[in-house]
Parts: sequence; C-alpha cells; structure tokens
Amino acid sequence: MKTLTVSVVTPDGPVLEDSYDMVSVRAESGELGILPGHIPLVAPLTISAVRLKKEGNTDLVAVSGGFLEVRPDKVTILAQAAERPSEIDVDRAESAKQRAEQRLNVTKSDEIDFNRAKLALNRAINRIDIANQ
Amino acid sequence: MASLREIKTRIGSTKKTKQITQAMEMVSTSKLRKAEENAKNFVPYMEKIQEVVSSITSGNIEVSHPMLTSRPIKKTGYIVIASDRGLAGPYNTNVLRKLTEAIEERHQSKDEYTIVPIGKVARDFCRKLDHPIAHEVTGLPDQPTFAEIKEIANYAVGLFADEEIDELNLIYNHFISAISQEVKETKVLPLTDIEAGESQTSMYEYEPDQEQILEVLLPQYAESLVYGALLDGKASEHASRMTAMRNATDNAEDIIDELTLSYNRARQAAITQEISEIVSGAAAQD
Repeated sequence: MKTLTVSVVTPDGPVLEDSYDMVSVRAESGELGILPGHIPLVAPLTISAVRLKKEGNTDLVAVSGGFLEVRPDKVTILAQAAERPSEIDVDRAESAKQRAEQRLNVTKSDEIDFNRAKLALNRAINRIDIANQ
Repeated sequence: MASLREIKTRIGSTKKTKQITQAMEMVSTSKLRKAEENAKNFVPYMEKIQEVVSSITSGNIEVSHPMLTSRPIKKTGYIVIASDRGLAGPYNTNVLRKLTEAIEERHQSKDEYTIVPIGKVARDFCRKLDHPIAHEVTGLPDQPTFAEIKEIANYAVGLFADEEIDELNLIYNHFISAISQEVKETKVLPLTDIEAGESQTSMYEYEPDQEQILEVLLPQYAESLVYGALLDGKASEHASRMTAMRNATDNAEDIIDELTLSYNRARQAAITQEISEIVSGAAAQD
C-alpha cells in the first residue's frame, strides 16, 4: 500500500518525520483528509490536532496554526509550534489557560488583547485535550 | 625598572584576567555550538515557507497583498540586532556603525525613521544619540525560541501593516564561520524580492484561495525572516565573543611572558648587585 511521508517542521526544528497511510487535519475552511496521491495543495490550519494514521494506529500532533503543504507523496506541516502528546507540558498549558481566561474576563471584546487572549486560550485547550486523549 | 614585588603583583593579576577570558572563551564556544544547531534546525522551516511563498507569488495569476507592494517611503523601520553584553569584539560596533551610516545616508530628519533595538547595547546607543525608538527588546536568552521572538516580529510586521512604516530593514551580523562574520542589511518588508526556491514551482491548489493564504502566510514569512536573522545574529555574537576572548587570552599570555622575563632580569640584577657589594666589602677589609 502506498504511504505518505509526513514531516512537521517548526522554527525550532523538525518535530516529526515518518510515513503514514492517511493524514487528517482541520483547515480554516474545514476538515481535510489526505491520502497518498493527493494533488498539490496548500491550506492554512487552525489551532487543532493533526491526526496521522498508520496501520490502524493514530498519532496526534498539536499544532498552533500554520500551514499544510501537500505533494502527491509528501505532506509538510509548517507550524509556529507543534508538539506530540508526550511532549506537551500539561501544567504549563493549564496555567496558560487560566491566565487567558482571566484576561478574557477583564478586557473588552473589541480590544486587541481580547483576541490574543482568545487565541492563547484556544492553544491551551487544544494542548490539554490532546495530552488527555 | 619596577620593583620585584610590583612585577610579581602584575603577573598575578594578568594571570587572573587570563583565567577569566579563558573561561569566557570556553562558555562562548559551547554556546556557539548550540546557536549553530538552532540555526540549522531552522533551515528546513525557512526553506519550505520560502518555497510555498515563491510558488504562490510567482504563479501566473496576479496576486496582491499590502505586504507585497512597495509604497512611497515616508518612514523606514530598522530592526537592529546587537547583544546585551559587551566583550564581544567588533560585534556591536559593526552593527551600530552600519546603522549610523544608513541613517546619515538616507534620512534628513528624525521623523523619517524609527528603530527597534534588540539588546542593551543597541538600546543604549539609540538613547544616547536620541534616535526614535519604536519598541525595545532586551534580555533575550542565548538560545531564543520562536515563541520569544514572535512578539517582536509580530510587532514590527504590525507597524508595516498599519502603514506606520513603509519599509522594514534588518541590520545584523551574518554568521559565515567561527572566525568571520559580516554585517548585513536586508529588507524584510515589502517582500519584493522573494527568491524562487529550487525552481520546483509545482502548481498548487489553494484552499480556500490564494489571497486568504497570503493573508496568513506572509506575516508568518516575515516573522520567520526576523527570527532567522536573530539566530544568525546570536551565532555571530558567540563566535565574535569567542574570538575576542581567545585573542585576549593570547595577549595575556604574551604579557605574562614578558613580565616573567623582566621579573627574572630584575631578580638577577639584584643578586649581582648583592654579590658585587659583598665582594667589594671583602676587598675593602684587606
């Protein structure tokens, strides 16, 4: 069976490089599933979990925004931050979540800080969810 | 000639200085190794993002984005990457000289530029000369992570997006090798000259469309340019400090050698004098 080479790269270095049967991601325009032989594609990703399937097993990677670049036999995910579940620091994510929630309570919804806090909250929740799965 | 004791103290203090510079050299060597590795880790990300950007912008379809178009330049932003600490040889001086040259050459008044100094040395320099400072960053760790840089990069890119500045330049030391670094000035924004990658411009499908992808991709690209320069600068800083400290250690050794020689000479002179005094004293008794 054909496989896809998946590499996840961040500015701090590559996080993962392996071959998988299928990749599913949550792009800004909706869920995308990629199988080997897909046409070249570029799509921005949301703060979410990337699911990588190999022989019935699913690996998860938490990504904080970024891009997906697809070639017929290769998928590259460019993210500003990406972690495997085992690398996630749950305590840190929890405290980030609390901080973000506090900030959301004090700032008004039209301020820049509000959006930033919301993004931070999303990232924290995403990390916690993935670490707990 | 200085007295024996004076020379001895000087030898002692030079030895201590040498120990310090030697230790600093070793610290910088190991930091340089890490900085080089960080820079290496960053390469795949940069290459990939460059490839995608160039394949979108070099496509047949006309794409427009504020970051790609040059505006008439009314105000220029400079990001100056220097270090927090001195004792790094010509590292900081070179960057600051380049900045001064650029300002003198291009700008008539202080309203035409603004500076984002990174590192205490750059900040103090700008303050002393009363340059306009948009935002200052100090106390960056030796091995910065992307998250720590993101804010600075984001801020600078934001200035451009809000039309606060019409051009963004980076001034930093480019790391060539452990013994040679070169000051570089690169234009980050507008992104007019995106180098086409390995001519592998495969045509992509865009989801949802090109404009929206550029919307997310270009700020990220600009941020990673800044991050890349910072990693480059950090590697240069450690390399420069390492070389400076090695030279200092070598100099200290030379001084110690010279002082030891004059110490021995002075001691011998004292002995000779004593002997001749004894001899002449004995001769006088005969």
